[in-house]
Amino acid sequence: MIVARTGNEAMAEAMRQINPDVVAAYPITPATEIVQLFSKFVHDGIVDTEFVPVESEHSACSACCGASAAGARVMTSTSSQGLALMHEILFIAAGLRLPIVICLVNRSLSSPINIHCDHSDTLASRDAGWLQIYTENVQEAYDTTIQLIKIAEQALLPGIVSTDAFIISHGMERVELIDDKDVPKFLGERKVQYSLLDVDNPITIGCLDLQDYFFEHKRSEIDAMDHVLPIIEKVQKEFGDKFGRYYSTVDEYKMDDAEIAIMAMGSTGGTAKVAVERMREKGKKVGLVRCRVYRPFPEKAMLKALTKVKVLGIMDRSDTLSALGGHLYNDARSILYESDTRPLIKNYIYGLGGRDISIEEIEKIYEELFDIQKSGKVDKNIVYFGVRGE
Amino acid sequence: MKKEKKGWKDLPIGLVLEAGTCKDFETGDWRSEKPIWDSEKCTHCLICWIYCPDSCITVKDGKIQGIDYKYCKGCGICAEECPPKIKAITMVREEK
Repeated sequence: MIVARTGNEAMAEAMRQINPDVVAAYPITPATEIVQLFSKFVHDGIVDTEFVPVESEHSACSACCGASAAGARVMTSTSSQGLALMHEILFIAAGLRLPIVICLVNRSLSSPINIHCDHSDTLASRDAGWLQIYTENVQEAYDTTIQLIKIAEQALLPGIVSTDAFIISHGMERVELIDDKDVPKFLGERKVQYSLLDVDNPITIGCLDLQDYFFEHKRSEIDAMDHVLPIIEKVQKEFGDKFGRYYSTVDEYKMDDAEIAIMAMGSTGGTAKVAVERMREKGKKVGLVRCRVYRPFPEKAMLKALTKVKVLGIMDRSDTLSALGGHLYNDARSILYESDTRPLIKNYIYGLGGRDISIEEIEKIYEELFDIQKSGKVDKNIVYFGVRGE
Repeated sequence: MKKEKKGWKDLPIGLVLEAGTCKDFETGDWRSEKPIWDSEKCTHCLICWIYCPDSCITVKDGKIQGIDYKYCKGCGICAEECPPKIKAITMVREEK
């Protein structure tokens, strides 16, 4: 069925079709609508979900942990400060290997207070042990929400699927919805190894783990993350075979003969694709590498994409505040260290606090990258693009 | 005898263990002072049994049998709560 939906509406629709056992959530702009719409499904008896309207995101994530440990399929939704308030519990969910899924809307973290898009919220939770998938448009947000349930439950790791605040969350687009009956069929039941509610087989969960065992447990969690990429690829393929929409961990656009490329995440991928088309019309061989799956980092696929070009512009809608540039820039440089061929790299920090990025601006970046190709050197590695006073 | 500790590949996923693992955790090791129970003085009022945070006062048919040193941490609450006129429990230095 083809419908018009905003990102939030589409994520709520996906949650309705997934029909999770438990949703515990607290509203926050700009993700409020997701659970607001979902709570209406609960009220109207359209889903069977136990809905827990908690008093904070810390409690939301905690309730999700308890429910997931009991064997339930669990989802929640949040953004920005809400994710920051969950921070402590994020690590617990991952350490206990609870496949909770968050439908998240990327919004700046305070201060200054702001409700618009950048990726600083999820990237600040980068090391919590959650899978992170950044989507480019409403369709991808909807499809990935469904995929991530299956990925998380197979990997036994929690995951975040995110959209860009307002750009995707409130932007209405054409979406193809899957038939209601096909979503549960695609996902199947959650298979549990244990349950807190199984009184005949009592267990201890979340016990104290000191010098003698903590490292071993952490090592096994790291190992789980190391083995997620094949699961993601498998689920993406199953999804494509079944519903006709194929996704990859790294979204390469016109990269086969590209000399210059931009690397980006989220909705900027869509904007950059139009810029690529315009540049191509002028005969300029440019491409785009969109990082869809950010955690685990798809090192091999990314390396293959990035080493195709001579000059690479990395667009980060975040800064690490470490004097080392943005998150993607750091990851990309890290994986390229061992590579025989390395492109010249320039990091563009852009769009913080929802500052718009236009097709023309991205074309300007491509032109600048051509200048770098000509001169063979990068004058300044990290620049702040679109900020006044530079 | 010390149990051999497992490597990370042999651990159950997600920090899940069988129930009642405290049983294997012999907290008696922690003790620096040890409660000594005097069966002659004891009136079996069970106040120490109520107060002991580690359930280390063993009782049978309403009568105190002694102290479970495997788990007693030597906190001294039993000696403190034993009525002053009775003083059936005294703390002594732990010597191992």
